[in-house]
Amino acid sequence: MWKHHARFERHSLWLIIGIIITVSIGGLVEISPLFYLESTIENVKGVRPYTPLEQAGRNIYVREGCYVCHSQMIRPLRDEVERYGHYSLAAESMYDHPFQWGSKRTGPDLARVGGKYSDSWHVDHLTNPRSVVPESNMPPYAFLAKRELDYRAIEKHLASLRGVGVPYTDAQLKNAREDLETQVDAFAGERSGLKTRYGAKVTQRDFDGNPEMLTEMDALVAYLQVLGTMVDFKTYKATDPENLR
Amino acid sequence: MSERERDEHSGTETTGHEWDGIKELDTPLPRWWLWVFYGCIAWSVVYWILMPAWPGITSYTRGTLGLSDRSAVAAELGALAKQRHAGEAKLRNASLQQIEADPDLQSYAMQVGQSVFGDNCATCHGAGGAGAKGYPNLRDDVWLWGGSLDDIRHTIAVGVRSGHPAARGGTVMPAFGRDQMLDGRQVDDLTEYVVALSRRKADAAAVGRARQTFADQCAACHGPAGTGDVARGVPDLTDGEWLFGSTRAAIRDQIWNGRNGVMPTWEARFSPETIKALAVYVHANAGGAAEPIRPAQQEGAGTSAAGR
Repeated sequence: MWKHHARFERHSLWLIIGIIITVSIGGLVEISPLFYLESTIENVKGVRPYTPLEQAGRNIYVREGCYVCHSQMIRPLRDEVERYGHYSLAAESMYDHPFQWGSKRTGPDLARVGGKYSDSWHVDHLTNPRSVVPESNMPPYAFLAKRELDYRAIEKHLASLRGVGVPYTDAQLKNAREDLETQVDAFAGERSGLKTRYGAKVTQRDFDGNPEMLTEMDALVAYLQVLGTMVDFKTYKATDPENLR
Repeated sequence: MSERERDEHSGTETTGHEWDGIKELDTPLPRWWLWVFYGCIAWSVVYWILMPAWPGITSYTRGTLGLSDRSAVAAELGALAKQRHAGEAKLRNASLQQIEADPDLQSYAMQVGQSVFGDNCATCHGAGGAGAKGYPNLRDDVWLWGGSLDDIRHTIAVGVRSGHPAARGGTVMPAFGRDQMLDGRQVDDLTEYVVALSRRKADAAAVGRARQTFADQCAACHGPAGTGDVARGVPDLTDGEWLFGSTRAAIRDQIWNGRNGVMPTWEARFSPETIKALAVYVHANAGGAAEPIRPAQQEGAGTSAAGR
């Protein structure tokens, strides 16, 4: 058998085929189980795709490079759970494309920042971080409050997310623009059916304190306020044997 | 071409290959390296047995040690809860007034409160609780929602306009200017009126013009004398305490835009004992009214959340 290796060494095509087979074994064994083992694709109640406004805010989060200093991943370590709350579940970032786990914490972890501060705190803090956190070294993002949110392509954006597996329904795509506008309007009521499409927990209000303009600040604060709030940890039993792994 | 021969100079066998007269030595692997390599293979087998390793069709091999990050952190948090158990039980069983009256228990509550405050509350209320524009000062005697221990605990638990079903703050201040309830001149006059309320020098003519406007628009919440209403969180306009600033520009801005403060609910993040400790901490730091000592009472029997 060892004599056959001469064939691989003399013909590059055979060598390439041999390399592909050998390397793919590693992938098959290490990667493919992640797609079917139940322990790695846990479904957790409450996790839903982002609303168009939250998704638009997420795009600003990515555009501004927030992930460079902020992680969104509470590791299962005592001190992190004590400080930030329940450790992050894989399901909580299942609709994140790309995920924002991050690897560096110049600022604090943001995986559960949703609901921890008021909207106006976020606006104050993004406008001038030092005004509320004197020792902060975060750069100011005051311009977000002055820039109108560009959401002309939001349907297409959600459609492309559907292409990579986010289960947006046809109705969600069709009403994306209206849903986005409804979510920043505290007085719009249930005009567009936003809450029937995304759940009753969706927050609907003017996020940046300026109802006259739909700004990038609105979108970013809406996104920050939903982070980590989808799973109800009163009903999720972390110590169930099936959840311990 | 494939004739293995012994190299005369080194005494090592060649591979038998020859390229343009160049031959390659087939030097054996160093023994120590080879044994480390075999050792690693043997160790990997041991590792597969001890640790979670191989994927199967429906599950994976869990390893005989049964290790997992999640159960490890659950155990650590359990140990922490055990460590805190005695203190938390005391906080649970004592009323807020009893905690404050018992020096040992109070100092325990103060320590818990301080660490939780620094981690969660200081972000808005400032490291020392001195507040900032839009975020109330917690070190003075002026309380929007009441300064008694129970009031403070309730505010921390449910928050203000937080989305909690029992949240405080059903009354909101309208944006009189932005929503065109009053015109610019009326707002200017009202600003003077509010300045006068706090016993500062104001334009008397403007104050006179605004008297009726104040009675129509503001008195329903702020009271005819502008003294506010703690039950509804309506600020007293006659004191020296200003949430959104004391200058004329700041007062006018507030009448025009009608900002309403929001404080999150902390019920889901903290255990009831932690909220109690926090209330004691905030109350002790500020100049609250003296608390009456009430007879012993059992509070919140048997309700304890695992984390805070």
